[in-house]
Amino acid sequence: MTTAGSPAVATNVGRPILGGRRFSLDWVGVVPFLGYAALFLILPSAIVALGAFFDANNAFTLDNFAHLSRSYIVKSTIDTTFVSAVTAVLGAALGALLAYAIVTGSPTGLLRRMVVSASGVLAQFGGVTLAFAFIASIGPAGFVYLFAQSHGIDYYGHGIWLFDIPGLNLVYLYFQIPLMVLVFLPALDGIKPQWREATESLGGNTWHYWRHVAGPLLFPAFLGGLLLLFANSFSAYATANALINQGQPMLSQQIAGALSSEVGAYEPGFAKAIAVEMIVIVTLVTVLYTLLQQRTARWL
Amino acid sequence: MAVALRGVHRTRWLKLQVFRYVVFALAAAFFLVPLIAMFEFSTRANDGSRTLQYWQSIASYPDMIAAIVASLELAVITSVVMLVLLVPTMVWVRLRLQRLNRIVEFICLLPLTIPAIVLVVGLFPEYIWLGTNFSDSILTLSLAYVILVLPYCYRTLDVGLGAIDVRTLSEAARSLGARWDQVMLMVIAPNISNAILNATLLSVALVLGEYTIANNLLYNNLQVELVHLGRADAGTSIAVAVASLMFAFVLLVVLNFIGSRPRRSVEEPVTKLAGPLQASQA
Repeated sequence: MTTAGSPAVATNVGRPILGGRRFSLDWVGVVPFLGYAALFLILPSAIVALGAFFDANNAFTLDNFAHLSRSYIVKSTIDTTFVSAVTAVLGAALGALLAYAIVTGSPTGLLRRMVVSASGVLAQFGGVTLAFAFIASIGPAGFVYLFAQSHGIDYYGHGIWLFDIPGLNLVYLYFQIPLMVLVFLPALDGIKPQWREATESLGGNTWHYWRHVAGPLLFPAFLGGLLLLFANSFSAYATANALINQGQPMLSQQIAGALSSEVGAYEPGFAKAIAVEMIVIVTLVTVLYTLLQQRTARWL
Repeated sequence: MAVALRGVHRTRWLKLQVFRYVVFALAAAFFLVPLIAMFEFSTRANDGSRTLQYWQSIASYPDMIAAIVASLELAVITSVVMLVLLVPTMVWVRLRLQRLNRIVEFICLLPLTIPAIVLVVGLFPEYIWLGTNFSDSILTLSLAYVILVLPYCYRTLDVGLGAIDVRTLSEAARSLGARWDQVMLMVIAPNISNAILNATLLSVALVLGEYTIANNLLYNNLQVELVHLGRADAGTSIAVAVASLMFAFVLLVVLNFIGSRPRRSVEEPVTKLAGPLQASQA
């Protein structure tokens, strides 16, 4: 019951009752909020964006960005992009499968409600606890590994990959798949069973249906989900840091490394430049995602 | 023909059911095994027998206790600041500053697009300044946490405020002589109590799980301490992780339970009232 079309009318009607202040100080009411957001959201963002162009003596410089060509940053960028791409593709594919399994069941069934609420929780379930969960299960002392070992399977025969890039890929899937379920389910819900019947009545088989009807309709939503997942794992930090404490392979860990004074590598300007690099990549992906979402919304 | 077609449908239906249950079984294994494993790990002694020693030894780590207390305090402070900041602003914008609605929404959703690790880079100099001029207490972290929870709380409160007629309610209260603080506390807040509770629980869950900002600003909250302890005593560390997970789970169950309860009895009279009231004013 919002007065969508007529805010002006409503305000004029409201004024006399509410005390009749003409040039009121209405805007004062949002000052605390805007002030708070300015201090702890806008200012930090500005510090990152502008600070990347200044050195320790507050002189303008592009050196911070030049440092991005350091071999370990290039390697981190490639590794992070690789992990994000792998977990996005696998997460999107597996998440879409799971979503399809849900959507082919009863729309109001218990199973669906359970999977959807579980996805909501698990998509947010990252960080330290998630790393611990995998260490406790498939880690060198986890019961899955001990069980496999006692049956002659040693999946760490070539090194403990859990604490390296392959492990990160597996662990990230734990929140990537549920996120995909959440974003892809609405698109699948938009596919009407009548379209399949229409395909059949025109003589098409299952392949024709997926290739010419459902596939093209779902593709933008799938691609959109893929990009969201990419951005999601690209900016993850807590899980990677809890799982891998040597080598700092992820870009987010490089930011933290340049920020911390522990290793004598305190380079705040450089940290900002890496942060800008990350933001640029994530923004590019997000813009693509938004464009695709609009396209999907038009069809479904 | 009809029989053949039914046969085709029957095999397809069977295939679909097999596919569905295989997918569900695999998903259940992938998502449940790590959770069960944590509990198993935290109750396994070195010789393989069951033990509660890790759970009991939680209390013997004063740093861990301090971190748990700090995280709980942060959760409370963050929730309170968030509510005090967000609810009056959102109500006020709906009543008086419609044109700012989009701006407030944009600001509230902005933290979703800025990774926490990037935000922390900008917060770093601010916290150095805060630390030298005001306080370097761990509780100052709540200033940043309010920003982190903004998007989730905004959405929740937005739904809550959308379900009631804020304008009519506040005009009615004001015409009966209520002050603005009374309007907020005694009229608006009780009508969106579900949304307020949901937003609070979300904030608590988020703050208890926060690691990135605390770790990089060198504060020891629950998650940072978990990683520290995990390197010395993995069993106890995982026991604490399981405990915090169960706590968050209980919160979410409460949230789901409350969220699914419809509140028609409150909504309908208000909307019905709004129609004639607005008509008579126009």
